[in-house]
Amino acid sequence: MRARPAGKGRDVKTPVIKAENVDLVFQTGDGPVQALSDVSLDVGRGEFVSFIGPSGCGKTTFLRCVAALEHPTGGSLSVNGMSPDNARKERSYGYVFQAAGLYPWRTIARNIRLPLEIMGYPKADQAARVQKVLELVDLAGFGNKYPWQLSGGMQQRASIARALAFDADILLMDEPFGALDEIVRDHLNEQLLALWARTGKTCLFVTHSIPEAVYLSTKIVVMSPRPGRIADVIDSPLPKERPLDIRDTPEFLEIAHRVREGLRAGHAYD
Amino acid sequence: MRSVLPILTVVLAILALWYGAAVALNARWTLDQAARAGQELTVSQIVSDTLQQERPKLPAPHQVGAELWKTTGAMALEGRAFSKRSLIYHGWVTLSATLLGFAIGAGAGILLAVGIVHNRAMDRSVMPWAIASQTIPILAIAPMIIVVLNSIGITGLVPKAIISAYLSFFPVAVGMVKGLRSPDAMDLDLMKTWGARAGQVFWKLRWPSSMPYLFTSLKVAMAASLVGAIVGELPTGAIRGLGARLLAGSYYGQTVQIWSALFGAAILAALLVGLVGLVQRITLKRMGMAR
Repeated sequence: MRARPAGKGRDVKTPVIKAENVDLVFQTGDGPVQALSDVSLDVGRGEFVSFIGPSGCGKTTFLRCVAALEHPTGGSLSVNGMSPDNARKERSYGYVFQAAGLYPWRTIARNIRLPLEIMGYPKADQAARVQKVLELVDLAGFGNKYPWQLSGGMQQRASIARALAFDADILLMDEPFGALDEIVRDHLNEQLLALWARTGKTCLFVTHSIPEAVYLSTKIVVMSPRPGRIADVIDSPLPKERPLDIRDTPEFLEIAHRVREGLRAGHAYD
Repeated sequence: MRSVLPILTVVLAILALWYGAAVALNARWTLDQAARAGQELTVSQIVSDTLQQERPKLPAPHQVGAELWKTTGAMALEGRAFSKRSLIYHGWVTLSATLLGFAIGAGAGILLAVGIVHNRAMDRSVMPWAIASQTIPILAIAPMIIVVLNSIGITGLVPKAIISAYLSFFPVAVGMVKGLRSPDAMDLDLMKTWGARAGQVFWKLRWPSSMPYLFTSLKVAMAASLVGAIVGELPTGAIRGLGARLLAGSYYGQTVQIWSALFGAAILAALLVGLVGLVQRITLKRMGMAR
């Protein structure tokens, strides 16, 4: 069950994440705020799903629900066939935040080792895993550097490596490249796609950028605010192999257009 | 070299002001003495006399310096560094109380901060009391501590150390509460996604994050400890320690002795704070946090 099917033999049919009519109401000082309303979504194994929408549309909140950092007030949500809380205990997912969140007093290698220490992996295994993921994100040779000695893009790659170090088959990313400039972001997007193809992880990716969402995803979830809800779900017809210049093709532009339409429809500019 | 010039300028300005003030303050006595003896004094005679009185209102810097040397270096050269007349001896008495009080105070401050950060009830209840404790003048509470402890047979080093600890726990507690809370929500969420236990969050995240705060507050606490130890020597009429030297000096109008004890205390404080700073530099460097 836990063995990950390799390569093309992925079973896309059984949903890894299944959300049915998920509601989340925050009780605030100004009264209740409906952060998520009636969100239903299936994510299949090995899919790359982007969540896009304006601020306050609940995309991050939904990701936090999957990670059991927030708890829905209504509906049902399962991750790997379990409750989100149990999925977390089973180390089902790695979470990447907008900031790299590397500890300044630990070297890159020891930062990546941190979750392994916490989860109690054997010492010898830790070193091997750190080495493996460092190579996976092209940071081999940087293990002994401190975070401040690395560029922002490298730091973010290190934080992705950290999320990959234990064998989670789901990768949750909350605007991981949001704070980086366009050129670095393009480069990292390309690397992320390669990483996804190689590891076969299921990726949930929150972004503000339409090109980023279209370029990366097999499925794009367009969300709209007040209350946070799904406006449109677009299955991308783009092939798995995606060079950067695919972004100039008519297919790409057509999907981008549909995303933009979805965003516009869901958002009253008043 | 660049930093030496401004420092020298300031030191020279202070010395000039000091000499000026010494002449102005001590001239009255010189003139009175001259009038009593029926003598007329020139300006240069007045100035030179004001700078070498035995009990001046304000001793001149060179007098304080000479007294400091006479009671420390000179005695050490004679092999009497720990004689009762030596400032080194009195400094050591105060230093031992300071260090013990600092250890108790810093330890208590850290424990309080850990409790405040991890326990809601302590968070609500302890801080106001800690703040209230510092609004009570230490001069008022020091004699009571000494008297109470004396009555149960505790004398000497420990009562002074407790007064030191009373002053030094507070900056450490405040600094460490801030330090232990310095990891942001994202850091804590990340720990949560890994299923970290409270102990792991503390030792792997909160404690290392708080190090810069810890050392900053330890410097303040060290200085406060020294003040506490000196204050602790005042109300008992102690015969040993820098506080005792200050007190004895003021009883007998030995202003030179008061000032030299004062400078002795200042030098001791500078050394102690410098020592904490050194440990800070080494620790942060070893942690990779110094760039």
